[in-house]
Amino acid sequence: MAAARSFTGPVAGIAVLCACAVLVYGAQARLSPYLVTLLAITLINVALAVSLNISNGLAGLFSLGHPAFMTIGAYVSAVLTFPPGRKDFMLPDLPSFLMTTQLPLLPALAVAGMIGAVIAFLVGLPVLRLKGHYLAVATLGLIVIVQGLATNWSGLTRGGSGLNGIPRLTGIWWCFGFAALVVYTALRLKFSSLGRAMMATRENALAAESSGVSTYRIRMLAFVLGAFFAAIAGGLMVHLITVVTPKSYSVVLAFNLVAMVVIGGTGSITGSIVAAIALTGLSEAVRPLEEKLGLYGLSQVIVALGLILVLFFRPNGLLGSGEPRFVRRIFGGSLP
Amino acid sequence: MSAPEVITADNLSRRFGGLVAVEGYSLVLRAGELVGLIGPNGAGKTTAFNLLTGVIRPTSGRIRIAGEDLTGRAPNVLARHGVARTFQNIRLFSDLSVLENIMCGAHMRYGASIFPTLFQLPAFRRAERRIEQRAMEISELTGLTHLMERRAGDLSYGDQRRVEIARALASEPAALLLDEPAAGLNPSETETLVSLIRRINRQLGAAVMVVEHDMRLVMGLCQRIQVLNRGRLVADGTPAEVQNDPGVIEAYLGTRRNGGANA
Repeated sequence: MAAARSFTGPVAGIAVLCACAVLVYGAQARLSPYLVTLLAITLINVALAVSLNISNGLAGLFSLGHPAFMTIGAYVSAVLTFPPGRKDFMLPDLPSFLMTTQLPLLPALAVAGMIGAVIAFLVGLPVLRLKGHYLAVATLGLIVIVQGLATNWSGLTRGGSGLNGIPRLTGIWWCFGFAALVVYTALRLKFSSLGRAMMATRENALAAESSGVSTYRIRMLAFVLGAFFAAIAGGLMVHLITVVTPKSYSVVLAFNLVAMVVIGGTGSITGSIVAAIALTGLSEAVRPLEEKLGLYGLSQVIVALGLILVLFFRPNGLLGSGEPRFVRRIFGGSLP
Repeated sequence: MSAPEVITADNLSRRFGGLVAVEGYSLVLRAGELVGLIGPNGAGKTTAFNLLTGVIRPTSGRIRIAGEDLTGRAPNVLARHGVARTFQNIRLFSDLSVLENIMCGAHMRYGASIFPTLFQLPAFRRAERRIEQRAMEISELTGLTHLMERRAGDLSYGDQRRVEIARALASEPAALLLDEPAAGLNPSETETLVSLIRRINRQLGAAVMVVEHDMRLVMGLCQRIQVLNRGRLVADGTPAEVQNDPGVIEAYLGTRRNGGANA
């Protein structure tokens, strides 16, 4: 058993990764820039849905905070990567140490992720001690707070008009690499002792406690990890579409991400990937129709309807909480 | 009788508003002991268990685990110090497999932390292998090997009880507290359970404490029995002593209304 685990896993995993990379390479070579950008956004959405599934699926929390962490990550990485010349013009009131710094994308994203993680930690400190769905309310509040700060802390964010002309440093490969990293992290966790402790906390917190699992720390880990990835995703997104305003990432996005997780199957990483691709593609496909018929918001209606239908016919989502066999083979080794 | 003390409870009391659930409960549970806790319905047995495992905090009194004062600490801290338990209404990780349920019990002993896990360091692989090995050993001891891949929530009641005990054993407890382990089991399942408890006590050397309503089971299994009535300890002794104790007889049969038996 142990021998099987140590071998087939990594090789098959790398093979799947390479196959995906070839697909991305082909897409980049053949498709129009519009479609390549759409693919990049899809990959970011995959990363967002999967990272939300770490806290909401594996650890059984109900966080709506992803848009807040994305906004934080977007502004942090935008401010850090702006050339100083443009900062003089757009953000004349920045503190001097920020005025002169210009970081490359990777360290800027790392800082963005760290700040997102620290804020998640501070929110979790009181909230994760409570029982019940207080986290949903608290993270909803966090979205409002972050939007309010982004609107009113003009010295740092340029207020309601937002930041534009952000250097387009992200490409399809950045998004692919990031999505792969998040998916790997989620699956590695799921098929590990730590991930089992998360799922145990989700299934029965009292029994998990009595088995020696510090449910508070486990929840904190899942929540902070999700926020870390969400903030990085915000940073990637902002360097792809080059604009961010306080309203860019709102409660609507929180709803869409939760819909992806629930439709795919809460706790199923593969399900989140499939649902994120499907929903992103669907809302983009509906867009011409929206414009032709003047039915703006149609894609929202479709997502919501899809959610209701899935909840009605498959209450556990498309893939339940499990993973397909080949994914279990790669990460689970000999485990059933 | 000088085996080391595993659980030492000193004068534990717990009030819920005006209701006194447990008052002045004391216990010295030594390594290798097999103790029963009995009493009529509502006597406070489960509350006593919840106090001993940290699930609820005592209003007053102190708890020491292996000599260390852990009064008021979270259940996971007490579990780390060697107290494992099962629940009267079974609490499994229903959506996980039997194997995963048992492995969860071993997480706190061997589980790798976040960085070794994500970078798949050798420490992570070693930990996973060790946990799986432990889980396999325990599944053999508890007779669950043929059910390992089944979803825990789909098992029969009796099997679920055994999974819960197996999960508790995976945490390598110094003391195992079983809350009505035979409830809902048929006679042959009960027999299997009794021999399992004996094996846990003798082979693994764990102190075992059992809350149970089945008197024959308790009297036959335990070396020492505590009797609770209305939140108070009314007797503590060998099965024979307890059976003849007037306080115990009163607890189970009541007193004559005109006060004939003044126990």
